[in-house]
Amino acid sequence: MLIFLIRRLLQSVLVLLVMSLLVFAGVYAIGNPVDILISPDANQAERARIIAAFGLDQPLWRQYLLFLQNAAAGNLGRSFAFSTPALALILERFPATMELAVSAMLLSVGLGIPLGLLAGLKPGSLAGKAIMTISVLGFSLPTFWVGLMLIMVFAVKLGWLPSSGRGETVDVFGVPLSFLTRDGLQHLLLPALNLALFNIALVIRLTRAGAQEALQQDYVRFARAKGLSNGRIIGVHVLKNILIPIVTVLALQFGSLIAFAIVTETVFAWPGMGKLIIDSIRVLDRPVIVAYLMLIVTLFIVINLVVDVLYSLLDPRVRLGDAR
Amino acid sequence: MQKTARKLRIALLAASLMAASALAADLKIGLAADVSSLDPHYLNIAPNISLSSHLFDTLVLGDANGKLIAGLATSWRAVDDTTWEFKLRRGVKFHDGSEMTADDVLFSLDRPATLTASPGPFTSYTRQIVAKKALDPYTVQLKTAAPYGPLPLDMSSIFIVSKKAAQNASTEDFNSGRALVGTGPFKFVSFARGDRVELARNDQYWGTKPAWDKVTFRIISASAPRLAALLAGDVDLIETVPTADLAKLKTNPKFTLEQKISWRTIFWHLDQQQHASPFVTDRAGKPLEKNPLADVRVRQAISKAIDRRAMAARTMEGLAVPASNIVAPGIFGYNAALPVENYDPEGARKLLAEAGYPQGFALTLHGPNNRYINDERVVQTVAQFLTRIGIQAKVQTLPLSVYFSKARAGEFSMALLGWGTLAGDFGLRTLVGTRNPDTGWGTWNWGHYTNPKVDELVRLALSSVDESKREAFAKDAAALALGEAAVIPLHHQYASWAMRRGLVYPGRVDEFTFAHQVRPL
Repeated sequence: MLIFLIRRLLQSVLVLLVMSLLVFAGVYAIGNPVDILISPDANQAERARIIAAFGLDQPLWRQYLLFLQNAAAGNLGRSFAFSTPALALILERFPATMELAVSAMLLSVGLGIPLGLLAGLKPGSLAGKAIMTISVLGFSLPTFWVGLMLIMVFAVKLGWLPSSGRGETVDVFGVPLSFLTRDGLQHLLLPALNLALFNIALVIRLTRAGAQEALQQDYVRFARAKGLSNGRIIGVHVLKNILIPIVTVLALQFGSLIAFAIVTETVFAWPGMGKLIIDSIRVLDRPVIVAYLMLIVTLFIVINLVVDVLYSLLDPRVRLGDAR
Repeated sequence: MQKTARKLRIALLAASLMAASALAADLKIGLAADVSSLDPHYLNIAPNISLSSHLFDTLVLGDANGKLIAGLATSWRAVDDTTWEFKLRRGVKFHDGSEMTADDVLFSLDRPATLTASPGPFTSYTRQIVAKKALDPYTVQLKTAAPYGPLPLDMSSIFIVSKKAAQNASTEDFNSGRALVGTGPFKFVSFARGDRVELARNDQYWGTKPAWDKVTFRIISASAPRLAALLAGDVDLIETVPTADLAKLKTNPKFTLEQKISWRTIFWHLDQQQHASPFVTDRAGKPLEKNPLADVRVRQAISKAIDRRAMAARTMEGLAVPASNIVAPGIFGYNAALPVENYDPEGARKLLAEAGYPQGFALTLHGPNNRYINDERVVQTVAQFLTRIGIQAKVQTLPLSVYFSKARAGEFSMALLGWGTLAGDFGLRTLVGTRNPDTGWGTWNWGHYTNPKVDELVRLALSSVDESKREAFAKDAAALALGEAAVIPLHHQYASWAMRRGLVYPGRVDEFTFAHQVRPL
């Protein structure tokens, strides 16, 4: 186990290095941020001075080495547009995105599993068919469009919920959270639902398939023969067994929720990391782009590691030491 | 008698209270772009300047039409060719109650040069000043190295901060609000980065008091959600209305639409270097030895081939007016004698033949696809017009972040640019002045146009401290440069605002959204 962890850690560092090199080269290839941010009335001398001040006149390899040197010291550079350390800027937005992702996760489980079970147990019923049709829509409709539709229906036409932004927040240990206030919850509902839509559909499908498979299994027949109540069979025997793949998939999806909240955050003007990265790409705020991508890569590495470790704990047949 | 007087007084009091409560109002505005910093000297980009204008004032202000008017300076004059004198407004109070004096002005003019970590510094507007002094607390003299007419215009870009509050303050101190002490119509309340900025009325304001007790700016950069926020009543006013929805909004009785010709001119830069240009080939695709765009007749042919009126009406859906200048009508240095080029494909073909290209040639047009109104369609439309006169035109559009860097590196042959400025000579210097790092001219002269006569006229304009002489020189320079099709102007965009019925916003030529100029009907 320990050897496995050490090996994974070394691999992770390598992945981070390669990733940073790719991102750095990629962002470098796009263009020079000074061309976007510079005052229109600046002259060549001012431009040259700024480029030198930011070290952008250096060859790429030297800029990269400098970046690595600073990164090792925990400094991922200072945002050009905001004049704030890039990492601090991203972490400042992190709670908002996290809150959105967690809410979306809860919605996926809270809506996906019951609906999936219903569809799995009664596949021929009207409800079962309707759920499956809706889940197809959840997979195939573009997030951007669905988000706008949600706004049009619930904010513009019905006026029940606010159209965008983050509502009132309460500081918990210095972290601003919005789900603790009524106003905050109202603001959270639509974007969380929008972000959750794909995952709800995913969970419905997984649950339905799992339930149908489990119902054919001997242990379910045996339980029925023993005369257990229907509720206990489904609630304990079926659900317990189908939860394993769902948990695995959702754990991996959680990373995607955070990384791909970009669209939802843009549509709902939600001040999270995704909106920050979009705005940063627009002005080529290189330190923020690099720091963001590094953070996301780290996040995925950590999630994968946790999933692997949990697996070995849950299922004794999986032995991490053998992973090659 | 006494009783009625008291009754009257009570009634008056009640009436005034009611009037006050009727005025007691909040305004919520949906902004199209993110405010990156509250430090008014950190980054010279429109969203930041727009917000700073609520908290701070400049010596000289631009009115809604781009004319310079008195701000913190009540008057200014050129004492001699290289000395400008500004008389400061008396009794102006900063938000902390202290009085604004010449000390604060001198400090504010020094500060941009101290912010070395800015990628877009304001030093462009202070670099002409070689010496400054206060004659008394209300008189400031600024010296320039050479005669320099646009100094008052430069002064409209430097916000005056309180020396006491900003002396040892970093940009972070401004973002946290600690150093954010100005003289503007609003005071700072809170700033949630990427989300909202809240301001409260400054009751001590020296000018017309804003109609709003509290203003909230919401940052909604995607255009459809911004409109949705207005429709849902979450905000009262939005800027940069998505063009596709303008027509529908016009017929909606619950909302008012305001449009104004913007200072931004959309035009083509044409690569005019003598050697081969990267994207010009013959019709078979072989590179040409000589660059046809260096020939004035070819450039004029291209200009004649474009039906600007049809483009403004169709491609731009009426959101533009055809342009003949590089500055919008009404802006200093606009030459009304320059006509909008008539659509004349026959004349264009003739000019091409005269220039030695009876069969035309092939050319790729470049433009951004996320910067100006309908920019991608504009490029495509012009390509079609050019194809009609025998120039085989291809189109490539790029996102702004890629586009500007490549254009500056000289990688395009014909490239679209939009430019806004409050003075013609300023724009000419930057856009068609001969590129030269020593003079600092031609920084956005992508086409490498050069004409010593134009340079001389622009130089004369910039060094005239006499407004009328300066304007005459600027107009002559514009006539000469545009006569040679140094750049090919297409149109001036309309800027648009939408608001709930009951609000009035006059619109501004510089496209800014100022809460203090929004009034209840």
